[in-house]
Amino acid sequence: MNLLSILAPDRQADRVVPPSGHTAWLTQFTAAAMAFLAVFALALSLAAGRLADRWSDALERTATVRLSAPEDQIDLQTAAVLEVLTTTPGITSARALSDDEQRALLEPWFGPDLPVDALPLPRLIELTEDGAGYDAEGLRQRLAAEAPGAVLDDHTRWRRPLAVAADRLRLLGLLSIGLIAAATAAMITLAANAALAANAQVIRVLRLVGARDAYIARAFVRRFTLRALSGAAIGTALGMIGVALLPSTEAAGSFLTGLGFTGAGWILPLTLPPLAALVAFLATRASAFRKLRELT
Amino acid sequence: MIAFENVAYSYGGGELLSGISLRLAPGSFHFLTGPSGAGKSTFLKLCYAELRPTAGHITLFDRDVRSLSRDDVALNRRRIGVVHQDCQFLDHLPLAANVALPLTVAGRGSEASDLTDLLGWVGLGSLADALPPSLSGGERQRAALARAIIMGPDVILADEPTGNLDWEMSLRLLTLLVELNRMGKTVLVATHDLNLIRQAKAQIPARVLRIAKRRIQLAGADL
Ligand SMILES: Nc1ncnc2c1ncn2[C@@H]1O[C@H](COP(=O)(O)OP(=O)(O)OP(=O)(O)O)[C@@H](O)[C@H]1O
Ligand SMILES: [Mg+2]
Repeated sequence: MNLLSILAPDRQADRVVPPSGHTAWLTQFTAAAMAFLAVFALALSLAAGRLADRWSDALERTATVRLSAPEDQIDLQTAAVLEVLTTTPGITSARALSDDEQRALLEPWFGPDLPVDALPLPRLIELTEDGAGYDAEGLRQRLAAEAPGAVLDDHTRWRRPLAVAADRLRLLGLLSIGLIAAATAAMITLAANAALAANAQVIRVLRLVGARDAYIARAFVRRFTLRALSGAAIGTALGMIGVALLPSTEAAGSFLTGLGFTGAGWILPLTLPPLAALVAFLATRASAFRKLRELT
Repeated sequence: MIAFENVAYSYGGGELLSGISLRLAPGSFHFLTGPSGAGKSTFLKLCYAELRPTAGHITLFDRDVRSLSRDDVALNRRRIGVVHQDCQFLDHLPLAANVALPLTVAGRGSEASDLTDLLGWVGLGSLADALPPSLSGGERQRAALARAIIMGPDVILADEPTGNLDWEMSLRLLTLLVELNRMGKTVLVATHDLNLIRQAKAQIPARVLRIAKRRIQLAGADL
């Protein structure tokens, strides 16, 4: 008995077991509700994953030190800052941007003819940190002592705990999907056991007229698998519609508005109904064979 | 066909049957009698491997029943037609579908005309579409006989098949069983009804087994 053959129409086997009434509906409803929840868990997990990726990328970027000093001290302080940076643990490299590079940075705002030399612009020193990062507070204090005009701009660092949190959120989402699958299996096992127990008489008659266990089990497994499949399809469809209808105000750029599927991500929830069918198939088959051995 | 060799059976308490050795030869016709509770139904269940002996050996179609898997037991049921004392049916299916059930579960289709003939033969032609709960006891017993023989089994085991029938209907059912025996089937009928046995012995050389004091003996010719 395999999953695909069980989905093929089989009127004879369907008829020998009486309609199972509420247990079948219960299975379908459970599968629908669980699939609906799973869609959101999946969306949450994917969104958290995207957020974690984006924030981790930002973390890899460099930080900058801005140095404003009187003209006659600028070179001295630049050297002092570079000295401090290169001796700070956690910083792999540091270098002052050249005038050309600074002009290139400012060009979008002030045009190409900016006389960088004539303006009292702060000097920019770019630093790259290693994976473990550096102690920002300690660095600030040392910079204050060595080069009073230097300001450490590490605007990306505050995101580090958020990136970790987003990563955890992704894991929690995946864990939720696992739990939803387990809860579905448990519910369907209970429903299948109830249906088998309610049909003990039918099973006895079928055994007496020569039906093999596989034949009897098939009638039940087929029914529950189809119910789980159709229920999960309905739940998934509703969940996907719900996600699609979430307002998408990109302006805020907040986490909630990012909750959705993008591109190929829309294919993922479509795997939920077959997954539910597989869960139902395995759960019902196991309990059917166990129950059959118990009953006859 | 079915051979018992020093078989004993107990449901967990004392031994209900013990020291039973006998053979049901192909084409034979046996009656099984004995007081209520003596173990007639139990003996039949041993014959179709619903129960396994607690001691000794039972050979069914040349195989020890202890070596049969669950699937083998199911397949054997297709070669042994059983009329149970409490004729159980699938209450949600009409009579005709119930009678054809052995074919259905074996994955074989039934010729509609064969089914109609069979129902007519047991006098249930007009009740093909009735649901089992609406049938009388006698109608259920005849339906059970029809279901037992639809697969063309080699052996027919009937447990009190005339328990709910009037004399006329009992004779009719006996005639059906005798006919089946003449077609070469091995028949074993458990019954209390001594008149039925006498009637049968007038038609065929039936032998009578009697359960007494946990043993099964061939009864004397005085019956
Ligand atoms: N499943 C069971 N568990 C325990 N004891 C049982 C079981 N089935 C039958 N018995 C006992 O075994 C004894 C024989 O039962 P059985 O049904 O074989 O008798 P029987 O000869 O067919 O009686 P009757 O003529 O009333 O049908 C009875 O005392 C009965 O109570
Ligand atoms: Mg009995």
